[in-house]
Amino acid sequence: MTAAAATAKEPPRARRPGAWALFANNRLAAAGLVILVAIVLVALAAPLLPLPPPDITDPANRLIRPLQEGHLLGTDQLGRDLLSRLLYGTRMSLAVGVSATLVAALIGSLLGLIAGYAGGRTDNVLMRGIDMLMAFPYILLALAIVAVLGPGLMNALYAIAVVNIPFFARNIRGITLGLARREFVDAARLSGKSNVAILGTEILPNVLPTIVITMSTTVGWMILETAGLSFLGLGAQPPQADLGSMLGEGRKLLFNAPHVSIIPGVMIFAIVMSINLVGDGIRDLLDPRLRSGALARPAARTAVNRESVADAPREENANALLALEGLNTRFEVGDEIYHAVNEVDLKLNAEDCLGVVGESGSGKSVTAMSILGLVPTPAGRIVGGRVNFHGDDLLSVPLERLRTLRGGAIACIFQDPLSSLHPLFPVGEQVAEAIRAHQPLSKEEVRQRTLELLQLVQIPNAEQRLSAYPHELSGGMRQRVCIAMALANDPEVVIADEPTTALDVTVQAQMLRLLNRLRRERNAAVLFITHDFGVVSEICDRVAVMYAGRIVETGPAEDVIHAPAHPYTRKLIDCVPVLGEQDRQLDAIPGLPPAVNRLPEGCAFADRCDRARDDCRVGNVELAALNKEGRAVRCLYPLVEGAEGSG
Amino acid sequence: MGAYILRRLIFAIPVLFGLTVIVFAIMALIPGDPAVAILGSYATPENVEKLNRDLGLDKPLVQQYVTWVGNMLQGDFGRSYSLNRPVLDEVLERFSATLILAGTALLLCSVLGLIAGIVSAVRQFGWADRVITFAVLIGISTPSFWLGLLLILLFAVTWQLLPASGMYAIYGGGDLPDLLKHLILPAVTLAVVATGVIARLTRAAMLEVLRQDYVRTARAKGLTERQVIYRHAFRAALVAVIPVIGIQAGFVLGGAVYIETVFQWPGIGAMLVKAISTRDLLLVQGGVLVVAASYVLFNLLADVAQHMLDPRLKL
Ligand code: SF4
Repeated sequence: MTAAAATAKEPPRARRPGAWALFANNRLAAAGLVILVAIVLVALAAPLLPLPPPDITDPANRLIRPLQEGHLLGTDQLGRDLLSRLLYGTRMSLAVGVSATLVAALIGSLLGLIAGYAGGRTDNVLMRGIDMLMAFPYILLALAIVAVLGPGLMNALYAIAVVNIPFFARNIRGITLGLARREFVDAARLSGKSNVAILGTEILPNVLPTIVITMSTTVGWMILETAGLSFLGLGAQPPQADLGSMLGEGRKLLFNAPHVSIIPGVMIFAIVMSINLVGDGIRDLLDPRLRSGALARPAARTAVNRESVADAPREENANALLALEGLNTRFEVGDEIYHAVNEVDLKLNAEDCLGVVGESGSGKSVTAMSILGLVPTPAGRIVGGRVNFHGDDLLSVPLERLRTLRGGAIACIFQDPLSSLHPLFPVGEQVAEAIRAHQPLSKEEVRQRTLELLQLVQIPNAEQRLSAYPHELSGGMRQRVCIAMALANDPEVVIADEPTTALDVTVQAQMLRLLNRLRRERNAAVLFITHDFGVVSEICDRVAVMYAGRIVETGPAEDVIHAPAHPYTRKLIDCVPVLGEQDRQLDAIPGLPPAVNRLPEGCAFADRCDRARDDCRVGNVELAALNKEGRAVRCLYPLVEGAEGSG
Repeated sequence: MGAYILRRLIFAIPVLFGLTVIVFAIMALIPGDPAVAILGSYATPENVEKLNRDLGLDKPLVQQYVTWVGNMLQGDFGRSYSLNRPVLDEVLERFSATLILAGTALLLCSVLGLIAGIVSAVRQFGWADRVITFAVLIGISTPSFWLGLLLILLFAVTWQLLPASGMYAIYGGGDLPDLLKHLILPAVTLAVVATGVIARLTRAAMLEVLRQDYVRTARAKGLTERQVIYRHAFRAALVAVIPVIGIQAGFVLGGAVYIETVFQWPGIGAMLVKAISTRDLLLVQGGVLVVAASYVLFNLLADVAQHMLDPRLKL
């Protein structure tokens, strides 16, 4: 997981609007609710309305078209008033659909509760039975039941209820299974409560929401399907009428009096649609992923909205291969703005290796991903700065040029090789794809080159591995494939985003040696993102330390490691374990980095710093030069003499 | 692969066995004398007694079941009293018509649903996405039997473009173009709901996949947006959608009951409805079993397809 994604997934909990407000905000769901309530109210009030009775025939006024005096919706083949019949039919359909839902919910939930609570054999037998029911095409089983019981509205109700039992049984069983093993259930059992009491008082309240949700998603179907059975003549029998049987009777008059069948159909449609809208609204409410906007699809490149941009790189960066100047990248989640990358300057010279070090959430990965526009938008957005590559601003080049640079002159290696490789393509194909995207080679040449690359990264039996899938390789082998992919087009810059973090400790060392050798052989510059100073000391020439989205110290790697100037750098270095001895975790630094949506005034590290004084917490602490060798530190009281710390 | 298919076929046997148990159990629940139920209330006492003997209804349930399954395995599904012909002959004839209809509908809803879902995901929050999302909502809320009537009214009555019912024209029909002409309306009607469901799930699957690390890798490699979406993302989304298509096969087969009745398509759904009204229970039993068994096979096909596309699922 990248720091970017992690940051985006921590939406603020403080000012979350209430469930009702969210639901009302969803205009479609609210509209659905209004329509549904209106239909239900009118149907309930039908006997009170000034309507002719629904079953009074009047052959003299047969098949009157809608919108006539006295018969708003016209009459049917027996001269019965359609509006009246429609409302009574709606009552009937709603009553039957809701009853079927209640029956299915009752029996299904009971089965689910028993199966989930009892577990073992009982669970097995019950769920097998449920699976069996689900092996029938949905409506077919209902037909078989009606066939046996005989046509009729009550029988249709039973049939539809039975067919829907599995949905309830499955959902409820899943939840109950989890609950049955929780402590409060054990406690209840120890206190001598009977199983029935436990199910009723401890478990039922917890599964009730699921039952309600399942009801809201199935009631629409059940109304539709009971209407369907009536339409087929297997449900309501005359003189009884529901919407389905009205539609079925009207069908015989389709050609000369279409309104008789169309009108009840519109009503069924309106009921089902409004229920679906409300159900969707409820589901959206309960799916937290939709709320944070994280389900939005990332665009091809990060959105760039800069108020002003310099026309050219700064003087000191004129000859740099890659130079970030004042980069500002942020995440916008709801009303919150997370300043993931704040005024970051970085410079990478040809054939150099620059380490960017920090804890997770420090903004180091987002910085690296901003270079090629790989920060997901939404929520990511670059709002300031330049990214110079050979002097060109990558943030403003056209997408097509950016594409040729991606994987071409600038390549990436990511943290987790398993999730970074496509699970459904052979690794050889994935490497070949990287070649084909940039070099017009023949099929055979691509294959040859792929093979060479796999050999270059020391994959044994490279020839056979071409057709292997990622899940068939070890973690180390997968990361080798990723490295091969990155080197496919002889890049000038390799961005390595924690490439060893997800690997075993022994493999980490191999991988570092391999990377170090390859970058020297291939003359590639490397931007190495890591949280581990141990890695920095092995491979990096220069280092930049990031904290809360800013660079807090930079300088030649060796100098910084031997004499760190920033208290944070000091702690990071102290955290490095002896290789292979323990987990490389940063839990040695007490406290957490500040949330980048609410940065404190003054030094962001003050809360965790043991040198902090009062003036650390006011104003802005600048990054100040420490000496001539390009060392700089953002600290008022650095650990090394010679800083011109400014307030 | 072959071994895998074989194994899946063997796994399907207990499911088929279970189907027969359920159907048998339902039939055993018939209130009153089953022979009367089967023969109708006008049956003479002699006929009832003969049928009871023929069906072995005087024997214990388990024995009845064994005989019943044994007979079916030999292709003897009994005789339809209302049609006076062997149930199996009638069922197979009708089922082939249903397969044509349901197969076409399944093809339609898979193709259209996948396309709509992808467009919707790629243009997330754009107007195309809004239009599709709204159309999907309408599609899955529309009663198919009503939609069928509307389409008949429009295309067959008002514009007279397509035939309103049947599988072939009564005079001069019978060739493939004629069949296709008759197929369009019912197949489209039958496909609407499933298209909506598949489009919804495809959209969700695509959005899920597009956030994955390997899609970022594909972009970082310098692939075009086209390749990223239609090769990398779609391939992964398809694996998630295929089981859904398998499940939709069940809804399409079931929905055929309505559509065949509306369009008078001579399929097994229309046959079942008629058999239920005439209480021809042996015919119902045979029809339900054959359709349910074919659904099991559909799901098996979906499983196999998923295994072929996803190397992570071990064969
Ligand atoms: S500025 Fe003050 S609080 Fe911040 S790191 Fe330096 S000494 Fe600590």
